[in-house]
Amino acid sequence: MNSHVEIRLSGSGGQGLLLAGVILAEAAIFDNKNAIQSQSYGPEARGGASKAEVIISDEQIDFPKVISPDLVLALTQIASDKYSKTVNQQGILIVDDSIELDGNYNYGRVIKVPIIKTAAEKVGRSIVANIVAVGLIAELTQMISRENIEKAVLSRVPKGTEDLNRKALMEGYLLAQSVL
Amino acid sequence: MSKNIKLMQGNEACIEAALMVGMRFYAGYPITPSTELAELSAEKLPYYGGKFIQMEDEIAGIAAAIGGSLAGLKSMTATSGPGFSLKQENIGYAMIAEVPLVIVNVQRGGPSTGLPTSPAQGDIMQAKWGTHGDHPVIALSPESVPETFELTIRAFNLAEKYRTPVMLLTDEIVGHMREKIEIPAIEEIEIFNRLKPIEGKEYLPYKIEEGDIVPRMASYGEGYRYHVTGLFHDETGFPSNSSENAELMLNHLMSKVEDNLDDIITYEEYMIEDAEFLIVAYGSTSRTARSAVKILRQEGIKVGMFRPITIWPSPEKRLREISKNIKNILVAEMNLGQYVYEIQRIVKSNSEVYHIGRANGEVLMPSEIVTKVKEVL
Repeated sequence: MNSHVEIRLSGSGGQGLLLAGVILAEAAIFDNKNAIQSQSYGPEARGGASKAEVIISDEQIDFPKVISPDLVLALTQIASDKYSKTVNQQGILIVDDSIELDGNYNYGRVIKVPIIKTAAEKVGRSIVANIVAVGLIAELTQMISRENIEKAVLSRVPKGTEDLNRKALMEGYLLAQSVL
Repeated sequence: MSKNIKLMQGNEACIEAALMVGMRFYAGYPITPSTELAELSAEKLPYYGGKFIQMEDEIAGIAAAIGGSLAGLKSMTATSGPGFSLKQENIGYAMIAEVPLVIVNVQRGGPSTGLPTSPAQGDIMQAKWGTHGDHPVIALSPESVPETFELTIRAFNLAEKYRTPVMLLTDEIVGHMREKIEIPAIEEIEIFNRLKPIEGKEYLPYKIEEGDIVPRMASYGEGYRYHVTGLFHDETGFPSNSSENAELMLNHLMSKVEDNLDDIITYEEYMIEDAEFLIVAYGSTSRTARSAVKILRQEGIKVGMFRPITIWPSPEKRLREISKNIKNILVAEMNLGQYVYEIQRIVKSNSEVYHIGRANGEVLMPSEIVTKVKEVL
């Protein structure tokens, strides 16, 4: 990928996409890159369409918000309807397989994989869908070393959930390999 | 030694810095988008032997912080627009009573409760003129997470040195975004502590000792008895109604800042050496402006940026000097026109001054500044 990558993670409030954004940004910093994580949010804490944004760059990052995402993740239909089309032409759109995209594709590459199902069935908890997504994104983009992704995950998840999250990360890598 | 590099929110960096520079009392009332400042103070202060108190409202929040400072602790309160409005009376009190204090305002959309979760730079003039009467104001505006850290340290040092409330005017973007920051070791940080009374010498709480800028400050509870009031007072601290005294005192309040502008004012100049066009921006908007400068430079347009870091007092002397060689100035800010008036006042007829701004909760985009610059040219 480029030396300046803009990522938009979208889904429903409560799915942990902010945490996913924080992990990607932190891992990038561990890799000696620059990163900015920001979000826009309304007064509600659950539900709605929530998004978290990350910019990872080898250069200094001036404008802190995402302008033209190189990668968009959508975990819910509402989020997909709102944000899928914002991905740039050369970019990657990743959607959960529960999502229907309208036929009028103008997105870059589309990757439709069972993120939530993988979390629920293979890892055993749907709550770690965000970490499955982190693994998937990291492996697809190859922007950040696996070592630092894992370090960032483990530094940010609650104590006692390390094994669960490590497993979620692995499943994310495998999902990526299945489409590569 | 390995570097202490972290991914941190602006609000987190503020509290990290405050604790390192010696903040030991936080009083406030939580309000979005400043709430993390209260949360983190509540969580961390006890480990430093400090105290956190959530008061019943914004007014009590600053009042308690003033009390904490008078009792000898470096104190902070934080808020956002609606709370900043409520605190104005006590900001004036801290100014006339010469109480060191740091007030953080993480700006959001207004007026009133406005847009709680959206950024704005709408409190620029309120910071300067929100409390009544003539008074000096020191307000600093960071553009990034590392600079929030740096300026929080500076805000405490200036508050202690000049015995005055210092405002840190940040905004929702800088407060909430996470960015790379290298936390310095405590030995690398310059820390200024208020001067205490000279032992064995008679203490008059508002008398300025020779060579000092401000009166020395005894902490309540240390054995000194003195009076603190919002009325004009003489060296004893007791009210005085004499106009001669009022003039003397007001002169002191103003001149302790105005005579030390070189110590207080900082700014950044970006690509201005050969610039024919200047963008003035502060806080998070300066990041948009810097991005616009880079785009315009690629197209061969000679544009630069001047960024006041200390926004009050404004960097008047330097900006007037620069403006002599600049035909057009564009002021970019997240409001419908506030600091632009200060810039017009400063540059007078040296340059044409234009404005670009918005107050609907959306940030200014680099492309909008680029377009505006081209329109003017």
